Amino acid sequence: MVKPATTKDDAHALFHSLRSAYSATPTNLKIIDLYVVFAVFTALIQVAYMAIVGSFPFNSFLSGVLSCVGTAVLAVCLRIQVNKENKEFKDLPPERAFADFVLCNLVLHLVIMNFLG
Amino acid sequence: MAASTDTTAAPSSTLRNASGNILAFFILLLIGVLAFSIRLFSVIKYESVIHEFDPYFNYRVTQFLTKNGVYDFWNWFDDRTWYPLGRVIGGTVYPGLTLTAATMWKALHFLNIPLSVETVCVFTAPVFSAFAAWATYLLTKEVKGVGAGLTAAVLLAMVPSYISRSVAGSYDNEAVAIFALIFTFYLYIKTLNTGSLFYATLNSISYFYMVCSWGGYTFIINLIPMHVLLCIVTSRYSPRLYIAYAPLVVLGTLMAALVPVVGFNAVMTSEHFASFLVFIIIHVVALAYYIKGILSPKMFKVAATLVISVGLVVCCAVVAVLIAVVASSPTKGWSGRSLSLLDPTYASKYIPIIASVSEHQPPTWPSYFMDINVLAFLVPAGIIACFSPLSDASSFVILYIVMSVYFSGVMVRLMLVFAPAACIMSGVALSEAFDAFTRSIKFYAFQTGDTVSASTVSMENNVKEIEKKEESLKKRPSKKNKKKEKENVEKPLKKSQTEKRPLILPVEASVFALFLTVLLAAFYVVHSVWAAAEAYSAPSIVLTSHSRDGLHVFDDFREAYAWLSHNTHVDDKVASWWDYGYQTTAMANRTVIVDNNTWNNTHIATVGTAMSSPEKAAWEIFNSLDVKYVLVVFGGVVGYSSDDINKFLWMVRIGGGVFPHIKEPDYLRDGQYRIDSQATPTMLNSLMYKLSYYRFVETDGGKGYDRVRGTEIGKKYFKLTHFEEVFTTHHWMVRIYKLKPQKNRIRGKTKKSRSKTSSKGPTKTRTITKKNPWH
Repeated sequence: MVKPATTKDDAHALFHSLRSAYSATPTNLKIIDLYVVFAVFTALIQVAYMAIVGSFPFNSFLSGVLSCVGTAVLAVCLRIQVNKENKEFKDLPPERAFADFVLCNLVLHLVIMNFLG
Repeated sequence: MAASTDTTAAPSSTLRNASGNILAFFILLLIGVLAFSIRLFSVIKYESVIHEFDPYFNYRVTQFLTKNGVYDFWNWFDDRTWYPLGRVIGGTVYPGLTLTAATMWKALHFLNIPLSVETVCVFTAPVFSAFAAWATYLLTKEVKGVGAGLTAAVLLAMVPSYISRSVAGSYDNEAVAIFALIFTFYLYIKTLNTGSLFYATLNSISYFYMVCSWGGYTFIINLIPMHVLLCIVTSRYSPRLYIAYAPLVVLGTLMAALVPVVGFNAVMTSEHFASFLVFIIIHVVALAYYIKGILSPKMFKVAATLVISVGLVVCCAVVAVLIAVVASSPTKGWSGRSLSLLDPTYASKYIPIIASVSEHQPPTWPSYFMDINVLAFLVPAGIIACFSPLSDASSFVILYIVMSVYFSGVMVRLMLVFAPAACIMSGVALSEAFDAFTRSIKFYAFQTGDTVSASTVSMENNVKEIEKKEESLKKRPSKKNKKKEKENVEKPLKKSQTEKRPLILPVEASVFALFLTVLLAAFYVVHSVWAAAEAYSAPSIVLTSHSRDGLHVFDDFREAYAWLSHNTHVDDKVASWWDYGYQTTAMANRTVIVDNNTWNNTHIATVGTAMSSPEKAAWEIFNSLDVKYVLVVFGGVVGYSSDDINKFLWMVRIGGGVFPHIKEPDYLRDGQYRIDSQATPTMLNSLMYKLSYYRFVETDGGKGYDRVRGTEIGKKYFKLTHFEEVFTTHHWMVRIYKLKPQKNRIRGKTKKSRSKTSSKGPTKTRTITKKNPWH
């Protein structure tokens, strides 16, 4: 009897502390997080579409989903490198991190364009 | 005092660094030249010719590519092989090697250097082995430092295992694939050490090149996830690990799917599932670390319990789905070749073709000493050296060598993947040994000088050691170094002196040990040069033997192919065992029935059945395939032991695997394979026996002594009824027969009754000659 209530309370407390900790992150990181969420959401929509319509041009499905997942992963890498709290990357200028991000995205989308069919 | 020594120390140390860099550069240049030239023995001893069987196919594809361009090559459907099925070359060949060679040829032609395609193909492998040595230097430099890098590079330049598959003329996939393998590993370790997304991009591109080049790319895409898992489990997770792994999986899978040979196998076969699984795991771990970073510890505990209880349920559901999907396929989603690696007995039970290839047999113990020589006992020393200190890079190299040792024990061809790992480990071991000995000698050399200089030197070394330790702390965090740095900050002088003392050996012992190490390296060099010159330089299309009256050259294969190309019609079909398919299409330019690609077991079994059947049945089978000429290789006159009679039992087994009327015990007398007078009638009547030994008694005046089998043959005088001999080469090594056309007229009833009495086998054979053998 007591236990479920405490887990519910714990869940609430957890949710609140997560929210407060997250709102303390700087805005540029929040923008990157929004981009990641958007990319993953697009990938999920594509998977749902495939489930409805069928996977016939499988290469198109694969390239579409993997491009979303790919930019999400690269954005997470950018976030890691730009985050001021990461001690390992404190002497990496954020412009360099962004340039690497752009380059990797370029390669990714070149491959996607080729594979889209 | 300290300041002045510092200012004088700084320029001398930069000068030392600069001269060290120049020395390293020139050593690398020499290593490249060494790697190139040690592979030229076959060109010097024989000629600049393409070796073996598979390289001829690659050579033919490269010729087509240079003549017709990339688009025609990509869409090429080859109708001159696997008649009447044909083969989609664009979709079944790994294009990396041919595209590389064609690019080099184009570049040279652009610069007005008119080398022929054959020359470029022959010398591709030595050039890329020089690149592979440089890649090994880069990889080992990331693991242990420049000294270890140079040692590993020079060991790889000469290791006999790699030489065996990359001599000048061995134009096969491994020539460029080993370079791509080492380079991909180097870029992965570089990304892991620096955390730069730029190197991660380069890593993916290099992995793409590896997928283009060789089927062994599955080794990379399984080893790297294993290493990531190892790092996570040993609590070495860091953001750099995420940057090194996650983009590689996404980009790598996409690029692997781009190559037509791999296609959708990149997401659907079990060989790639490990990478996806670890991809999910690393995301979970990254999220866990992130949440741990932003929450207080109490809240984190609550979060952990909540997540674990929910996550376990989800995890079980996903795993159940995965198991259902995988279990629904009979091979659990693995391809035949990969399964035979995991279960060494699989191929011999289910796929006799894979089991029959000599490269797929497990290696013998002596072959380890032949192929990596001295490295065999330097490797354990290297493994121990990698543990002190243990960094991400050194844990990767340890995992690499353990996995490659296992796979090299399953298949002798994979000794080639084991060789670079052995060279890296041995390079590390040798370099650490040299360090220890020379440090002892230097220490004692400085101690014999005045005490002032000794103390300044020790202070210099102290300052350098503290600097080095701080740098290494930044690059490769490990617990040991952290402890040392703390203690160093407190008590610099004392600690360095007490640290130095256990690492110094007595000077006589170190001088003697240095001499012994150099002697060991000399043994390695001598053995490698011998192996390159004597063991691995044979082109196997030209054979030589030394006898009392000098050197005999057996050029029978090219003689036979030249005869075929000059004396037969362009559209004539030639049937032989699959070993000679590539050479026949490349050199004789005739359509073949089966070749070395061995993708269609039934077609090969058809040819095998024909070779094992009596003459009339064989004629029927070959006639239905539009075959005009049959080619057999026979070594009985000169003693060439890789001939078709020695391979005949494989023909029987493969044929019998598909057509049950061919039974292996019919060809054996008391379980023994014989061709003498004790051989079974089925054996003596088979097409292979007849075509090999037709008119054989004329060579040695009636005895018919087979020099390979060591006995006189069983049936000596016989005539061929359905085939006629058209060509036999100088040393009787290749024999070509033509199918006799069917007779125009059958004279009335007597012909039918005569055909009934003349068929020797039981009723079964007669019914088979009337109907199609494979219905």
